[in-house]
Amino acid sequence: MTTEFTPLASLAGGALIGLAAVALMAARGRVFGATGILAGLLSPASSGDWVWRAALLAGMLTGPWVYMAAAGSFPAIDVPVSTPALLLGGLLVGLGVSYGSGCTSGHGVCGLARLSPRSITATLSFMASTAATVYLVRHGIGG
Amino acid sequence: MRLTVTYLIGVVFGTGISLSGMANPAKVLNFFDFFGSWDPSLAFVMGGAVAVAFFGYRRALARPAPLFDPHFQVPASRVIDARLIGGSAVFGIGWGIAGFCPGGALPALGTGNPDVLIFTAALVAGMLAARTLMRLSANLTLKGLIRA
Repeated sequence: MTTEFTPLASLAGGALIGLAAVALMAARGRVFGATGILAGLLSPASSGDWVWRAALLAGMLTGPWVYMAAAGSFPAIDVPVSTPALLLGGLLVGLGVSYGSGCTSGHGVCGLARLSPRSITATLSFMASTAATVYLVRHGIGG
Repeated sequence: MRLTVTYLIGVVFGTGISLSGMANPAKVLNFFDFFGSWDPSLAFVMGGAVAVAFFGYRRALARPAPLFDPHFQVPASRVIDARLIGGSAVFGIGWGIAGFCPGGALPALGTGNPDVLIFTAALVAGMLAARTLMRLSANLTLKGLIRA
């Protein structure tokens, strides 16, 4: 399925993501990585450590409601893949971000902004493998 | 106060994700589909986020300490190894199959969309499986059964 090119909304959304990353660094001294936040919730170092992560996650979940208040509907979530693909993809993402120590937000935004060689390497690796996977799924295997 | 501010920072992130299209697998997958229904929007998400964070971090990190915590906890490792590259590659395969990444899926949970719930459950299972595998291999390494 085709999707509409939305440069302005995407740029503004990206700027908000960057702003949140900067605010979390200024307030709590941490990078804003979804993987790290979730991993810390699954096995917190202390109860205080758990609470701020839970507050941050609760805020993240509120985001679509703020969008709804402004736009009149939830953001579009069109899933062009099957449930088994969601399960397999989710499992691989969980394994990969654990071994790779981060995902699009931690490496791709915060790490690139810090010019971290590790994050630049990780981002190149996952962008390339995502593109290769999408090509194989859509055009390679019987496509 | 601290928790309220932390919560609001999460709200800003979740709103940004919602507006950007990162929570929409159709849009994410089309970004990577150069030879099909290509949608370059995600380059604008990354560009906007990295530009703001790049300049914002310089100001934030110029202070002696964060507002609410005793010190900055910025990842310090500089090791580039097979684990980093391979793990990230596996992440990309999963992202290419499902179209959701963790930062896109977590805010989208707030909509109650069942597909997001399914993906996130599998994501958590994968993270827990990785943790078990790491513990197992650390134990085996300790016992000398496999080489480090």
